[in-house]
Formats: sequence, structure tokens, C-alpha cells
Amino acid sequence: MDLLTFFMLAVPLVLFAAVVILHPSPVYSAMSLVVVMSFLALYFFFLDAHMLGWFQIIVYAGSIMVLFLFVIMLLNLQNDPQEHQQPSLRTASRIGGAVLIAELVFLFSRSSSSEKAAAELPEGFGTVVALSEKLFTDFLIPFEITSILLLIAAVGAVVLAKR
Amino acid sequence: MAPISYHLILSGILFTIGVMGVLLRRNTIIIFMAIELMLNAVNLSFVALARHLGSMDGQLIVLFVMAVAAAEAAVGLAIILMVFRNKETINADELKLMRW
Repeated sequence: MDLLTFFMLAVPLVLFAAVVILHPSPVYSAMSLVVVMSFLALYFFFLDAHMLGWFQIIVYAGSIMVLFLFVIMLLNLQNDPQEHQQPSLRTASRIGGAVLIAELVFLFSRSSSSEKAAAELPEGFGTVVALSEKLFTDFLIPFEITSILLLIAAVGAVVLAKR
Repeated sequence: MAPISYHLILSGILFTIGVMGVLLRRNTIIIFMAIELMLNAVNLSFVALARHLGSMDGQLIVLFVMAVAAAEAAVGLAIILMVFRNKETINADELKLMRW
């Protein structure tokens, strides 16, 4: 990924992420989160993670965001009760964010500037074949546990919503 | 070539935006979206490091993170629906049943 591509993806990512947390309407927030997810999928393509890019679009931009929009519309929160909160919390969050960013800048300015070049990519890096080969050999047990987790989550969601 | 630190800085900025969203907003659904944003920021650094080190392990962990995020979204949104049905609000300041 060259520098121009990086900035063409990074600037919209940060802008739309800011819209997600700043816009008063939840629907606008959800739509800009969809944009963030799609840009991240593009980003994954440029980082040679082709399969993950498609998963990002299908799982995040597709199913999770549809779930979010569905709940927003079900709750029908048009007159967003203007979020009154203690001003102390508001300033605390601003200071916290500033400290986090400052820490980031500080750490990166101190890290050694002599970076090793990226490693040589093995044949078929990020393709379905390479991903699934590793998934069904080295990561077989986490894979099975994840399937049980998804089953439990599905049952739990149904039980919660039916009560 | 954009150096690896650029990807990590972008990931850090996105994560910070997510943290600020959780702290600033009181709408539970938006807090939830900010959490998804944080998960995505971490995914980004995993993928960038996998590319940098030439190893597929980072990409596989992202796959599991996505599965956990999907499970979390399903259960979390069901909880939000239940809370709204009982309390008629999803403002985090007004939900103080489990707060002392």
C-alpha cells in the first residue's frame, strides 16, 4: 500500500468514525459506521487480506449493521432525548481522549526509527486456501469453540427477546 | 510503501475515537457502535501486523474477533430491546438498577 492509497483510506476512516460518535441521530451514526466498515474492508484488500475483506463486508457491513438498524427502527427513537449528562463526565472524557492521543504520539516518537522492511509474503498469502488450511489444522479447537459460542449467543438472544 | 507505524497510528486513532464515544454518549446503541469501532481498530492492527510479519496468524485471530463481535451484537441488542421494553428508555444515565 503506497502513501497516497493510505491517506485516501485513512482520512475518510477517521472522519466517518468521528461522525459515528458525534451525530445526534442514531440512524446517521449507523450509516456512517457502515461506511467505516466498507473502507476498512478496502483497507484489508490493500493489506493482502482478501478473504477478510469479504468477511468484513458480509459480517460487519452486512449482518451486524442490519441488526443495529433494525433495533434502532424497532425502538423508534426519533426524538433523541437530548443527552443530558454531568459536565464533569464530559470534560473527563475529553481529557481522557487527549491523554490517549498524546500517549500515542509520545510512544511513536520514542520508538526506534529504523524499521525492518516487511517480510517476504509466502505464496497465496491471505487467500481462501491459505486461510482455511490454517483454520482447520492449527486453529481447529478455537474454531469449534467459536461455533459453540455462536450457538449459545443465538439461543441466548432468542430467549432474551421472547421473555 | 506506507510503513507499519502508519497503520498502527491509524488503528490507535480509531480506537481513541471509540473510547471517546463510549465516554461522551449516553445513548446505549451509540455506545454499542463505539465498541464495534474499537474492535475494528484492533482488527486493523492485527491485519497490518500479519502483512508486516508475513504470517497468517493475525488474520485468523481477526476471523475469531469477527465471530465474537457478531455474537456480542446479537446478545447485546437483545438486552437493549428488553431494557427498553421494561424501562421505556435506553439512556445510560437513567439505567441505574445495577449501579450503587
